[in-house]
Amino acid sequence: MKSEADVVIVGAGINGCALAYELSKRGKDVVVVDRRHIAAGATGRCGAGIRQQWSTKENALLAKKSVEIFEGLEEELGHPIGFRQGGYLIAIHDEEDMKQARKNVEMQKSIGLPVRIIDREEIKEIVPILDPDGMKAIAATFCPTDGHADPFKTANAYALAAIRNGATFYKFTEVRGIKVENREVREVITDKGSIKTKFVVDAAGAWSSRIAEMAGIKIPNKPVRKEALVTEPLPRIFDAMVISFRHGIYFSQMARGEILGGIPSPEEKIGYHFEPTWSFLKKMAYMLGRYAPILKGTNILRQWTGFYDVTPDALPVLGEDKNVRGFIHCHGFSGHGFMIAPMTARLLAQLITGEKLDLPIERLSLERFEKGTVKEKSVVG
Amino acid sequence: MKIVCRCEDLTEEDIVNAIRKYDMRTLSELRQILRLGMGPCQGRTCLPIAARILARETGQKIEDVMPPASRPPVVPVEIGVVGEDEE
Repeated sequence: MKSEADVVIVGAGINGCALAYELSKRGKDVVVVDRRHIAAGATGRCGAGIRQQWSTKENALLAKKSVEIFEGLEEELGHPIGFRQGGYLIAIHDEEDMKQARKNVEMQKSIGLPVRIIDREEIKEIVPILDPDGMKAIAATFCPTDGHADPFKTANAYALAAIRNGATFYKFTEVRGIKVENREVREVITDKGSIKTKFVVDAAGAWSSRIAEMAGIKIPNKPVRKEALVTEPLPRIFDAMVISFRHGIYFSQMARGEILGGIPSPEEKIGYHFEPTWSFLKKMAYMLGRYAPILKGTNILRQWTGFYDVTPDALPVLGEDKNVRGFIHCHGFSGHGFMIAPMTARLLAQLITGEKLDLPIERLSLERFEKGTVKEKSVVG
Repeated sequence: MKIVCRCEDLTEEDIVNAIRKYDMRTLSELRQILRLGMGPCQGRTCLPIAARILARETGQKIEDVMPPASRPPVVPVEIGVVGEDEE
């Protein structure tokens, strides 16, 4: 194991891999440490969606800038990532929803997103298998530049490009401690050896609070078990992701034809629970049958669990810690870490190398929780 | 040419190449990159064979090659059957 590095990143999920690439591109000597392998946590279990339709400007901007990066990412990294833009269709169920949708659309348009409100007829044009009555939808919002990418391929593409730039990945390596002296990061201690460094990045997803604790930092994140399922592959039917904030459901047809989706589990609880539940399977199957009755005859192949790393306002925590110099927060993605990773990684790389940041991130600092903050409303899954 | 995963049409060569390219140690990594065992049979045929190839390529003991998490339902089941009597 190397004894020294400019930056040590804890976590080889999408954010750890993307940041390793952005830093290595800037000439930094980067090490990534993960207890398991690349995309073994939330990244490899996520719904693969890329959405720009958020209720807070912070999330919407991070997502929009990330889509701009996703559009050229395959070429930049030199490996396939399976990016495609079929849009996101978000159900509007009543007048209350409509009020919030109008507010969201106005903000989203102000930052340049091609989003619009569509009627029930257009819902069926975009996703022919949808039943607006079963959905209990009066309308929907649609943004055609939202889409999908393959989380496994994207994380690995970032990792391979980072390695090509000189980054080192230590898989199956567990962080045991972080040495802090005079309120500055000095060393990361693992079960395979210690690495001297001035910067450590906490990109450990649902385990980020354990890593922060090693540096004496308390963060308010909570791990929440989430579940998803996938069906057998079907011929190509639709390209959009369908979601409802009211019902919490999301589903779409993946590149190979299978339908993948999730919904909040009736037995959802905080903590490290890994077991898939029957009640999720039942609820998801029921709701899918209501949204798209024709899918009732489709076989479910498997279900699995993953974690959202949830903060009190469902916004990520980004930036350097105010009390421990060199400790970089990169966690709390609350279920949308994959879709905003490209821009998040770029901003944190700019922060670490002392460049000017493309977007301000002060409002995403850990300290915001002391003052109170505006909660992101557009959350599913 | 030796076919290992019939659902996903993967050969022994595909598996060996992926193990080397990505420096893999687990079946879980093979599943992510190649979709090994993610087809209709859910790995019942290919996983034991892939485990043997992985053990050989990485110098691990066959019993140390971690089996990936088993994911229900064990056999494919229709959406309409599972979601029938909700509400």
